[in-house]
Amino acid sequence: MPDSEVLIHARELTKRFGDFTAVDGIGFELHRGEAFGFLGPNGAGKSSTMRMIGCVSPPTSGELTIMGMDSVRQGQAIRARLGVCPQEDTLDVELTVRENLLIYGRYFGLPKDVIVERTARLLDFVQLTDRAGDQVEPLSGGMKRRLTIARSLVNEPEILLLDEPTTGLDPQARHVVWDRLFRLKQQGVTLVLTTHYMDEAEQLCDRLVVMDAGRIAAEGSPRELIETYSTPEVLELRFHPSEHDQAAEKLADVPADRMEILADRVLLYVPDGDRALAAARARGVEPLTSLVRRSTLEDVFLRLTGRRLED
Amino acid sequence: MAATAVPAGRRGPARVGGTWAMAVRAFRFWLVNYRRTWRGSIYSSVANPILYLGAMGLGLGTLVDQHGTASLGHVSYLAFLAPGLLAAGALQTAMGEATYPVLASVKWLKTYQAAAATPLRPADLLHGHLLFTSMRLAMNSTIFLIVMSAFGAVQSAWVVLAIPVCVLTGMAFAAPIEAFAITRDKDSSFAVLYRFGLIPLFLFSGTFFPVTQLPAWIRPVAYATPLWHGVALCRGLSLGTTDAAAALGHVAYLAALALAGVLVAQRNYRRRLYV
Repeated sequence: MPDSEVLIHARELTKRFGDFTAVDGIGFELHRGEAFGFLGPNGAGKSSTMRMIGCVSPPTSGELTIMGMDSVRQGQAIRARLGVCPQEDTLDVELTVRENLLIYGRYFGLPKDVIVERTARLLDFVQLTDRAGDQVEPLSGGMKRRLTIARSLVNEPEILLLDEPTTGLDPQARHVVWDRLFRLKQQGVTLVLTTHYMDEAEQLCDRLVVMDAGRIAAEGSPRELIETYSTPEVLELRFHPSEHDQAAEKLADVPADRMEILADRVLLYVPDGDRALAAARARGVEPLTSLVRRSTLEDVFLRLTGRRLED
Repeated sequence: MAATAVPAGRRGPARVGGTWAMAVRAFRFWLVNYRRTWRGSIYSSVANPILYLGAMGLGLGTLVDQHGTASLGHVSYLAFLAPGLLAAGALQTAMGEATYPVLASVKWLKTYQAAAATPLRPADLLHGHLLFTSMRLAMNSTIFLIVMSAFGAVQSAWVVLAIPVCVLTGMAFAAPIEAFAITRDKDSSFAVLYRFGLIPLFLFSGTFFPVTQLPAWIRPVAYATPLWHGVALCRGLSLGTTDAAAALGHVAYLAALALAGVLVAQRNYRRRLYV
């Protein structure tokens, strides 16, 4: 379990690019051993926050302390103890898998024998041992992402930063990456990740903040967020487009905490989905399809921002 | 699978070194990359001087020599031309290293961004690449010198000093061009740089004929170009006609240009990589 040592402390952290405010005075604390997530849609300010934590983007204003050091003045010493897995692969595709790790290890000033030993272990960890001598270019997206993760671990970092670790991967490759990240978490590596996938946030994060338009909208564990901002169950109803608006009107007096009318469906936030469905039918509402499901972080996000995550 | 990514027995955190040590880390990246392409690069480093010295030094040179070589300082055209081409070669090497490889690192491959996430700072990446460029300059000018002596185009043992002169001449170009290249998003401006920068310099900096053959009004332009200073230095060393005071002036001019380039490039690297 995470102890109470604070590894990252941010207060009033702000990043502006000209007139555009990417990160708008956010504050958070991150403890050793935690898996901490920034959940939000594209453009919410997640990557800008990550780059500030990675000490490659000086904050416009505010305070950012990482492992007790100032992110601007001591960026070099901080980076020596961070692992960074960027959103866009930055592997040297002209080199081999092994050479990529060798180069990266040298950036950290590691002796060759240490790099060789770690390379063997890390390639085993990300299941790329049999590709060690191959050029990177032809590797699949999932393999490249796993290699990037291995590369980010070569300095045995105290904090691993992952910016959208599975964006652009197919479902199977995503699960392999999740599995590796979950193992890292079990091994006590502190993970900081950004994602716009609610399932990723739910699977990997002990605690997360929901970001929208550069601000933190809410903070807590996935379960706490769902309990605070949503109902246990959600009834999803789909109608024929011509009946959509009419049905939504009829549903207005079905007892529910909240109703969301989306373009393609109506969501009812209720304690008991089956009972709500029966109540809807009793009012003569006949949906094309109906689904009773548990609330997710997607519902939390919808509630907090009025928008969906993946649009 | 029982693989462990971060074992309990850690070897301690990575080390942060001084400016030189950090530059060497960045330099070694280029070295690893170069391991794949060095054979081809050596081939062209040898072929280039043979082709130029053969066609122009011997071929064209025979015609030139028949018309008298007073304006060349009473040496054969081959002996006059060879050190000029040596210096011009440094310009070409510098230009090749300071343009496309820099843009590739920051834009196409993003290997600079990968390195910037480590203890390396933007200036370390610049220094590492300039070290590598220096190595390439030293290699190419050494090869050129060997070919040049095989052609019998060397008249003084001082010519070995042309190797550091070529490194300096190359740096006077590489550093400012690198300062420009790191700000680019597309490579189209490089073609312009080649067409309106490299080629006129190559032709009018005293490489093929003495600058004194140019109309008087345009000569100051030639004297202001860094290549002319490199050509003058190499020629003086190869012909054994170096004047110490003039040589110091050339070196100072080239060093000032290289230094100014490094300072601007340091700033531009930082602006590009720390957004």
